[in-house]
Amino acid sequence: MRYLPLNDTDRGAMLAAIGAPDVEALFADVPAEARLDGPIAGLPGHASEMAVERHMARLSAESLSAGSVPFFLGAGAYRHHVPATVDHMIQRGEFLTAYTPYQPEIAQGTLQVLFEFQTQVARLFGTDVANASLYDGSTACWEAIAMAGRITRRSKAVISGGLHPHYVRTAQTMARFTGDTLVTSTPVLDAQADDDAVIAGIDAQTSCVLVQYPDVLGRIPDLARISAAAAAHGALVVAVVTEPVALGLIESPGALGADIVVGEGQSLGVGLQFGGPYLGLFGCREKFVRQMPGRLCGETVDADGKRSFVLTLSTREQHIRREKATSNICTNSGLCALAFSVHLTLLGGSGLAQMARASHLRAIETAKALGTVPGAALVNAQYVNEFAVTLPKPAAEVVDALAKRRVLGGVALSRLVPNEPALANVLLVATSELTTAEDIAALVAALTEVLA
Amino acid sequence: MTRYFTTDHEWLVVEGQTATVGITDYAQSQLGDITFVELPAVGATLSKGDSASVVDSVKAASDVYAPVSGSVTEVNPALEDTPELVNSAPEGEGWLWRMTLADAGELDGLMDADAYAAHVGGL
Amino acid sequence: MTVLNPAGWRPEMGERSPASHDVPPTVTGNRALHLEEPLLFELGRADQCGIDFDVVDGAPLAGLPLRSGPVDLPGLSEPEAVRHYTRLSRQNYAIDLGPFPLGSCTMKHNPRLDEKVARMAGFADVHPLQPEATVQGALKVIDELAHWLVTLTGMAAVAMTPKAGAHGELCGLLAIRAALDARGDKRDVILVPESAHGTNPATAAFAGFRVESIPATHDGRVDLAALVGKLGPHVAGVMITNPNTCGLFERDLKTIADAVHAAGGYVYCDGANFNAIVGRVRPGDLGVDAMHINLHKTFSTPHGGGGPGAGPVVLSEALAPFAPLPFVAKGADGLLHLIEEAEAVAAAPGAFGRMCAFHGQMGMFTRALAYILSHGADGLAQASGDAVLNANYVLRRLEHLLHAPFGAAGPCMHEALFSDDTFAEGFSTLDLAKGLIDEGFHPMTVYFPLVVHGAMLIEPTETESKAGLDQFIAAMESLAARAKAGDPALKTAPHFAPRRRVDETRAARKPRLVWTPEAA
Repeated sequence: MRYLPLNDTDRGAMLAAIGAPDVEALFADVPAEARLDGPIAGLPGHASEMAVERHMARLSAESLSAGSVPFFLGAGAYRHHVPATVDHMIQRGEFLTAYTPYQPEIAQGTLQVLFEFQTQVARLFGTDVANASLYDGSTACWEAIAMAGRITRRSKAVISGGLHPHYVRTAQTMARFTGDTLVTSTPVLDAQADDDAVIAGIDAQTSCVLVQYPDVLGRIPDLARISAAAAAHGALVVAVVTEPVALGLIESPGALGADIVVGEGQSLGVGLQFGGPYLGLFGCREKFVRQMPGRLCGETVDADGKRSFVLTLSTREQHIRREKATSNICTNSGLCALAFSVHLTLLGGSGLAQMARASHLRAIETAKALGTVPGAALVNAQYVNEFAVTLPKPAAEVVDALAKRRVLGGVALSRLVPNEPALANVLLVATSELTTAEDIAALVAALTEVLA
Repeated sequence: MTRYFTTDHEWLVVEGQTATVGITDYAQSQLGDITFVELPAVGATLSKGDSASVVDSVKAASDVYAPVSGSVTEVNPALEDTPELVNSAPEGEGWLWRMTLADAGELDGLMDADAYAAHVGGL
Repeated sequence: MTVLNPAGWRPEMGERSPASHDVPPTVTGNRALHLEEPLLFELGRADQCGIDFDVVDGAPLAGLPLRSGPVDLPGLSEPEAVRHYTRLSRQNYAIDLGPFPLGSCTMKHNPRLDEKVARMAGFADVHPLQPEATVQGALKVIDELAHWLVTLTGMAAVAMTPKAGAHGELCGLLAIRAALDARGDKRDVILVPESAHGTNPATAAFAGFRVESIPATHDGRVDLAALVGKLGPHVAGVMITNPNTCGLFERDLKTIADAVHAAGGYVYCDGANFNAIVGRVRPGDLGVDAMHINLHKTFSTPHGGGGPGAGPVVLSEALAPFAPLPFVAKGADGLLHLIEEAEAVAAAPGAFGRMCAFHGQMGMFTRALAYILSHGADGLAQASGDAVLNANYVLRRLEHLLHAPFGAAGPCMHEALFSDDTFAEGFSTLDLAKGLIDEGFHPMTVYFPLVVHGAMLIEPTETESKAGLDQFIAAMESLAARAKAGDPALKTAPHFAPRRRVDETRAARKPRLVWTPEAA
């Protein structure tokens, strides 16, 4: 078997050195009833690489890939151009097959990347510091709520109706166990984000205000105004960014007063991957550093005085603090953080600005073109590269009909917020620098047909 | 000025109505380089045995327990920038917090220097 | 004759190498292939970009809160970026370079077929919210992997969404909590062995349970009598690792499970060490109610420098109704569907909710499925057999030089545990580990489990050749002798790595987590 180097000669020599008659003898501690007497039933025998590849290729062919058709899906995962270099770097064996950098002397590669990544995230978010990543945006969002509770010693989080519903539900699952109260609301189809409602909900018991920027419909909350209102009550502001490319165009949440900024880094370097693995981003003010969840990479020196990097502030983590840890997170999303960092390094601030601008301009073109489709109406006053459109029929049906015409036209809001008649006809449409004029024309043509 | 000790390696010195609390030299030598000290809030009410403070070294975080009951009047401001004072002067400048004494009778349950030295010797 | 050396050069070996202090240090700080690499922020420039964009005409919408200038991030051209990351990669040890004997981490070879398969467009370039009819192939991968995981463990169902082992533990505990809530039972205690990994009590505490510790017996197993003695109407269950953190099989697990069930509780099994028994033993046969599987351990998805992982949780019949959303199920139309919130009321009324956005670590599922199909039932049994054989070989070859606290108690499973008992005064496990770096290996797991002083936990895995193991053992024999003799050079090891020991105190006292120009 191609992955198993030992042959029978090796095994014989090793068993002799051990003093055991056969490998079975080494399993003597397993009760006889629990020991299977042959290979597990129901699983075929080993297969060649070519057989496995054939099987998987057949399965792959049964899906419609995003790159093969006009594509307009967003809602928390975005399709951007990832340069070929990124995949080559993450496939280097020294990155791909390395472990968590617990032995810094032989892990400076991983550690320096994490330090660079933390700096990139902090600058993108406009925060003082950032961690070495969490699992994804949704769990990062929950961790921010938990952290705000620890810092303020309050337990009520006011959550904008514009937060991605999956993120809301994730937080709801967790909050049942921490006793945090989450004040949530259903998205409302106003042209503007629900800033007034959010501000009205802040009081002296509020630990934090959670606002998605841009929100799930693509609208842009007034973070400065919300931050001022929160500060007046001693509450923290948590900004949630599901599309970091937007920050190449619009002001960073940190600059607008956010205390904690979390997000999903998938847009840069990671790819769609049918939902995972993704990349949780987490940044905050310097004074909250010891309350941060997740791994942190810090700068120091070695015994020869050479600059070195090392995982630090580990006493917050659960393998040391056990019951009193800041969170139960063990892994970060290392390889995805590397991919994000390589992509952002190739972009630089100027490239990110170009990428954001192109994504935004394509959104304007698309919105304008959709305006020519009878029955379609734009909801947003403003957007970066994602917006909502109301249709004369349920969006879920429309999306399926478009797919039959080989157009992936967007995400029905009802997929995220079911059982809300007011939202049943809303389609979320996203664009990027990959969107072409032909794609837009194809969407308009197919949608016109479907709605006729 | 009597210095009292606990089996958990805290010390306590009473002056009038206020007690100063810290960790012993034995404790700091066991912990290694101290990197951070989390102190109680001024005004916090402590019961004897409550975890009042956490002392971090690189690989461990150790709870420091209130030797007596009372409320916190002051915390050591120097420790924010110089946590290493707890290593270099654990029983002096590296004190952790000051508190009132809710029940002076609780002092009877604490050890004196000789008893503590004997306790450490047996560890 | 023809003169055959037109350039006139003759090789010269030169004198014996001069003593190192006679060789001048290099101006660059590099030493041949040992290359130093500055930070991106010291190399890149604000206006540098390694990507060309197609020009798009137009102006942004009026009224947006536009940035006044680009984000302050340096860029690099493609050649500079490739150099930067390639040079950084060379400062890392990795499985591809040599043995990585980290106990409980299962650092086995990462097959390259798995990388190829993960990148197939029908898996890599599909959006999680595409209409289900357009992603049947991707859903089939999830469904097939789920089926194999359930078959391999002898369980009833599997929750596929947890993003890592610790996330999976949380999922299992929340399922237990949901099961108790459903029957109105307010049990609030979870029993955890003292040798458990820190995630276990941390997770239990998060889920609202009080943790009570169970001691071990002299032969390294959970004390059955002590555990049974603690059972009662307030005990929700036990979290047990099998094989345990000392690398030993918990022989009493079925007895424990029966006792816990009789007392109304549940058994959570930490599956970190599943590699020892995969294909040979099914945790379901031992009475386990929930077990997370680290796909990045037993099923070789790459560690990537710290993640991402994946932690699906297999569940018993008792806990299956409480699995979180979403999950894949076959519909009446013969197609695979994702049961999400919209369908949950009818199809999954007991689900405790959602643990994260979307529906799982698809990139890890494709890799793990390719791995399982490649090995098959016979290959997996061979893998666990070789993993256990390799660990016992290391144990027996080293136990006369290093103290093995449970060596006399019988065979170990997939990892061998040693302590620092034989070391000279003042010499620690850390010193031996740093010495192992100089010998060209990544150190084993150190100081875990906590129940053994100066613990060294060695897990070779099945993908180590005998020749590789022999070389590792030779290095360990030398290091064990040096630690016993008290060789002072160990105290300052490593000497040959890209960095010497680093000042962790300084990093923790004055954390510098981002680069700033003034501090440069």
